[in-house]
Amino acid sequence: MLPIAASTYAPRIDLLFWLMVAISGAIILLVTTLLVWFSFKYRRGTKAKRGALMTRFTREVEITWTVATFFTFVFLFWWGASVLVATVPIPRHAMEIHVVAKQWMWKVEHPDGQREIDALHLPLGVPIKLVMTSQDVIHSFFVPAFRVKQDVLPGRYTELNFTPDKVGTFPLYCAEYCGTDHSRMTGGVVVMTPGAYARWSQAQPQGDSLADRGKRLFTQLGCAGCHVNSETVDAPDLFGIYGKPQPMTGGGFKLADESYLRDSIMLPKQDVVAGYAPIMPSYQGVASEEDVVELIAYLKQSGGSTSR
Amino acid sequence: MTQPPAILNEPWRTPERQQVAMQFGIWLFLATEALFFGGLFLFYAVSRFTDSAGFEIGAREADIWFGTANTAVLMTSSLTMAIGERATKEGLVPLARLMVMATLALGATFLVVKGFEYRSDIEKHLVPGPAFKYAIRGAAQFWAFYWTATVVHAIHLTVGLGIVSRLLFISKEDLPERWTTAIGTALYWHLVDIVWVILYPLLYLVGRP
Amino acid sequence: MTVAQPPHETTLLGRDLGEESYLTDGTTLMSWLGTTDHKRIAILYAVGITFFFFLGGAAATLIRLELISPAGRMLTNDEYNRTFTLHGIIMVWFFLVPSIPTTMGNFVLPMCIGAREVAFPRINLFSWYLFVVGGLLTFFALLFGGVDTGWTFYTPFSTNYSNSNVLLAAAGIFVTGFSSIATGINFITTIHMLRAKGMTWMRLPLFAWAMYAVSLVMVLATPVLAITLLLVFVERAFGLPIFDPRFGGDPILFQHLFWFYSHPAVYIMVLPAMGVVSEVIACEARRRVFGYEFMVYAMLMIAVVGFMVWGHHMFVSGESQFANLVFSFLSFVIAVPSAIKVFNWTGTLYRGQIRFSAPMLYALGFVGLFTIGGLTGLFLASVPLDIDLTDTYFVVAHFHYIMVGGSVSAFFAGLHFWWPKITGRLYPERFAQFAAITMFFGFNFTFFPQFILGIEGMPRRYHLYPQQFQALNVTSSLGAVVLAFAYLFPLFYLAWSLFRGERAPNNPWDATGLEWQTRSPPPTRNFDFDPDVRAAPYGYHPEHNAPHEVSQTHEPQTP
Repeated sequence: MLPIAASTYAPRIDLLFWLMVAISGAIILLVTTLLVWFSFKYRRGTKAKRGALMTRFTREVEITWTVATFFTFVFLFWWGASVLVATVPIPRHAMEIHVVAKQWMWKVEHPDGQREIDALHLPLGVPIKLVMTSQDVIHSFFVPAFRVKQDVLPGRYTELNFTPDKVGTFPLYCAEYCGTDHSRMTGGVVVMTPGAYARWSQAQPQGDSLADRGKRLFTQLGCAGCHVNSETVDAPDLFGIYGKPQPMTGGGFKLADESYLRDSIMLPKQDVVAGYAPIMPSYQGVASEEDVVELIAYLKQSGGSTSR
Repeated sequence: MTQPPAILNEPWRTPERQQVAMQFGIWLFLATEALFFGGLFLFYAVSRFTDSAGFEIGAREADIWFGTANTAVLMTSSLTMAIGERATKEGLVPLARLMVMATLALGATFLVVKGFEYRSDIEKHLVPGPAFKYAIRGAAQFWAFYWTATVVHAIHLTVGLGIVSRLLFISKEDLPERWTTAIGTALYWHLVDIVWVILYPLLYLVGRP
Repeated sequence: MTVAQPPHETTLLGRDLGEESYLTDGTTLMSWLGTTDHKRIAILYAVGITFFFFLGGAAATLIRLELISPAGRMLTNDEYNRTFTLHGIIMVWFFLVPSIPTTMGNFVLPMCIGAREVAFPRINLFSWYLFVVGGLLTFFALLFGGVDTGWTFYTPFSTNYSNSNVLLAAAGIFVTGFSSIATGINFITTIHMLRAKGMTWMRLPLFAWAMYAVSLVMVLATPVLAITLLLVFVERAFGLPIFDPRFGGDPILFQHLFWFYSHPAVYIMVLPAMGVVSEVIACEARRRVFGYEFMVYAMLMIAVVGFMVWGHHMFVSGESQFANLVFSFLSFVIAVPSAIKVFNWTGTLYRGQIRFSAPMLYALGFVGLFTIGGLTGLFLASVPLDIDLTDTYFVVAHFHYIMVGGSVSAFFAGLHFWWPKITGRLYPERFAQFAAITMFFGFNFTFFPQFILGIEGMPRRYHLYPQQFQALNVTSSLGAVVLAFAYLFPLFYLAWSLFRGERAPNNPWDATGLEWQTRSPPPTRNFDFDPDVRAAPYGYHPEHNAPHEVSQTHEPQTP
């Protein structure tokens, strides 16, 4: 019934699943047996003993099964919660892959620049962090074999973490209804041994890495014109910015994560850094989601405070 | 203290029960209105919290003179409605009718002032869309709330004008016995007023020093 | 002190033709379209919801036919999407939500509490007109051009990307929502203020309590749906950026607002069913409902906690895990009162004198199917399992078990149970028992395979699907054929009974409710005497078959 378990997370889910099947099965069996037995024994006209039940007895029974049910359900909640909490810490060395969803395809960008459509090649045993956004409506990245699913939202980045632990090709589905070809927005996740993955990587059209492309865009789109040693415009120095809190106009700080950087490019007047005027033009409609991914990769890579 | 005689609706057998039922029903209806506007206020809260700078910049454009004038008009109309309701119950028909007419006039004044305000807002490019005045995120959300909330309120007010004017169509002889209708009408009108009283600070007093 | 006694029961066949009742009191069309009689309004609603049930059922038939083939032969992707949207919108808002409250609630509630009318009869009629207008608007939206957003209308697809009649459908559902609200206000006021002498709160039949609980939810939840649809409307029609992230809006805000209504809505769909089932099981097992007080508190708790769990529809939407765990915990908690009710219904059978009439078969079917549906809800309440199972056929199976296996079964139970009272005719019992059993098997055949499909990973709302899922889809579609028959068959024998059925006595079931102490069909004013309640409900006596006249106006007999 369950698909093959292909992530390190999947066996824990499956154990919880079978536990719930066992408990549910037991309850259904109990209720059905009682219903059938009582229906048979107490059908009209049989000689079974009838008569009133004592109120104190019924009250005790009532309280017993209420408490038993409550504790069973709380136990099930606790088991599920602990499985969930175990997945929260994200391995630091996770391999980050960008996914951009659009009606009706998945666009994947590997950090070294390989691009895929409706496919995702992964090395076995490496923790993966998918950073995902949508170009249009809400989609959902669903791989049954990994037991993972995450909605992919427009205007925001969402993340999905897992570690594949079986070699093979596993179905990928869009799981949030997104229009005409929702049922065609499917693909495959191909998990390969590290050697095979490396060979696959090399065999891809040797484009530049995301960061290299981002560096070119940084000049092409005119970012460098203001943000690198400009004499006419006062713009914040961006190098080494990723992951650092930025002071905001009006007080407070905002962490420069992927979402912040994306918003700064698309909606620059929203969160203006303290001490600067809100004069940056928006790149909405000029820079695509993929462009933004590449620019962010470049900004993440750059370090130090001097321009490059 | 006995209640004055009343025209009874099915299935009520005494005016007391009819009045209690009607008030109970209207309070339940007011609860639904609270939840209805509550959803709208949730949108306001979320937008204000997530994009506070832009939201306040947008909010500063709301014209406090129009807003305050309208608040005064509407609160006065609540006063006249309350007097009209009591007058009906006490049997003071000419006063009651005069107060009902005053309420209608004030309500209509509110709509007229609102119309002028809308014209001014449109001229100042405060309708979200391609011609909207601000690009900063949050400003458009304030104005989306403004237009939705004020139009919905205006629709409620217009319906209220219809309900209030119903009292004028009751003949002078019958009016004292229809005091339960007057109470129900007044309750609805007060709802319209209270919603505005809540909207006023949210719309006009944000972002001002 | 003497009090007016109910009329003695006449023999089964000895009923004068043309005896006055609410049906004979005015025979023109206007006497129906302008009626303020709660019983006639119930019939007006029944006509509407029957029409919508079969319309939604036709869409379901089309879906199951189409899903026989993985490549989908008859419909384009867009047509399929519009079909499942129609199915969802019609079945949720135009059948399930109104079904039991507006038909059986309107007819039976005032009678079972000893009232002659609801509190606001004219508003009751107005609510029907709202239902009709909303229904017409939505009907046109769905059938002429169609809507392809799914019944859930998620943004930004519905506001900015869908090329379909979203505006008209939203308007239609908006109007219908006010019909719900009006009904709820009416019922709450009626129960508070029009109970007969001696009918204290804890003597109310559980059906009345169910109507009370569902009315609380309808009144408090539906307005949130109204504002949600209004916001979708203004964004789509006027471009106000509420949910569009390109201009500062938040699509997740839509989900919060939508589910804040739609989760309580599922309790709107199941609480009335629970009320019906309690009445039928008590009567046909000839026993007091086991644990009456717990049954009351359970329904109230479901109504209240139902407002606190909406986030369990959003576990994968990007909200924090902390929020997810809070909603998960509350979702497990709300399963407890439902479980109590299942145990209590089972306990009611103990030492009973059970008769397997059609209503009883439907009611027992409800208990089994609701149990399965409810337990699968626990799977979905657990966040890690939900992450895997949400948006798959597992969820589809789960909610169909509860809403169809549960609520629709209960609707048929109540329909058959009160049919003699409403129409004055008896339906053919054998045919009805056959329909009930067929429905139970057809239902399981249709929907159990869908649990497996979901576990195997088949997403929902998929027109085209991988070959590996075909076998189970074909099984499900075969089951649907049986189920369709089981739903159509009653249409025929019930219609037949209106013309050729035996005349019904006052109380063909020997039931204890006040509605059974008056004629079938009842007079316009419900009772020819003033009801005076002296005892708790369900005064059935199981030592031997219950005596013919057992009613709430009599002192309880010693067991």
